Amino acid sequence: MVAMRTPLKKIRGLGSAKSGTEHFIVQRVTAVANIVLIAFLIYAALHLTGASRAEVKEFFSQPWAAILGILLAISTSIHMRIGMQVVIEDYVHGGNRVLMLLLNSFFSLVAGVAIFLAVTKLYLGV
Amino acid sequence: MANAKQTAAGPGTRPMARPLSPHLSIFRPHINMTMSVIHRATGMANYFGSLLLAAWLLAAATSDAWFDTMSAALATPIGLIVLFGFTWSVMHHLLGGIRHFIWDTIHGFERGSVRLLSWLTIILSLALTGGIWMMAVSYWGKLIW
Repeated sequence: MVAMRTPLKKIRGLGSAKSGTEHFIVQRVTAVANIVLIAFLIYAALHLTGASRAEVKEFFSQPWAAILGILLAISTSIHMRIGMQVVIEDYVHGGNRVLMLLLNSFFSLVAGVAIFLAVTKLYLGV
Repeated sequence: MANAKQTAAGPGTRPMARPLSPHLSIFRPHINMTMSVIHRATGMANYFGSLLLAAWLLAAATSDAWFDTMSAALATPIGLIVLFGFTWSVMHHLLGGIRHFIWDTIHGFERGSVRLLSWLTIILSLALTGGIWMMAVSYWGKLIW
């Protein structure tokens, strides 16, 4: 006998993922921010190509550079966490999925905090 | 498929007898499919590339010794190849994102537009990467601006 119920029919009413719309919006908000922030990153990278450490510290001692650097850390870490979450949800099934999602959250946060801390220290010049 | 087992193999699997829509394996490859795959791949590359940026900034923030070590590592042939690849990966993902913004406005879905936007993504990403590196090489060791 051929089942006439579709997979969609079977899962209807079992609850939605609930965060789909929010992720869609946040991914685009951070993407807009990233266009500007990546432009800053290219500017900074070209400006500091082959620069000495003193020149790097001097560059990030400017408030505008430090602000953009910290915003880059925040925006990209949020964007990459959601992006990798989608990839994991697409390809990883079973028990490993939870572990991978957990690692993804930690990785994104660590990368963001590391850049945040480094830029802050460079800004303060300590 | 007519004789396929009716029962699902377990949670998360489809019953075999349902007709499924055609998927990747039976479509002729299109440039927009390729760009879609590359967009996801470059996103993942940028994900891990963020560690490289974090490492360089942390080295600069920590000590002369760490900064010199990091700079020397990045100046090796392998380091330069990684940096070049990272540059292209970020540029491609950035342009792919802009393409998706255009599509978000419900424009550019005609067949010709889809192809044009897809080709522009790969061509402009290579051009931008080339331009950035030409500037980097020509100003090496000097502060630009």
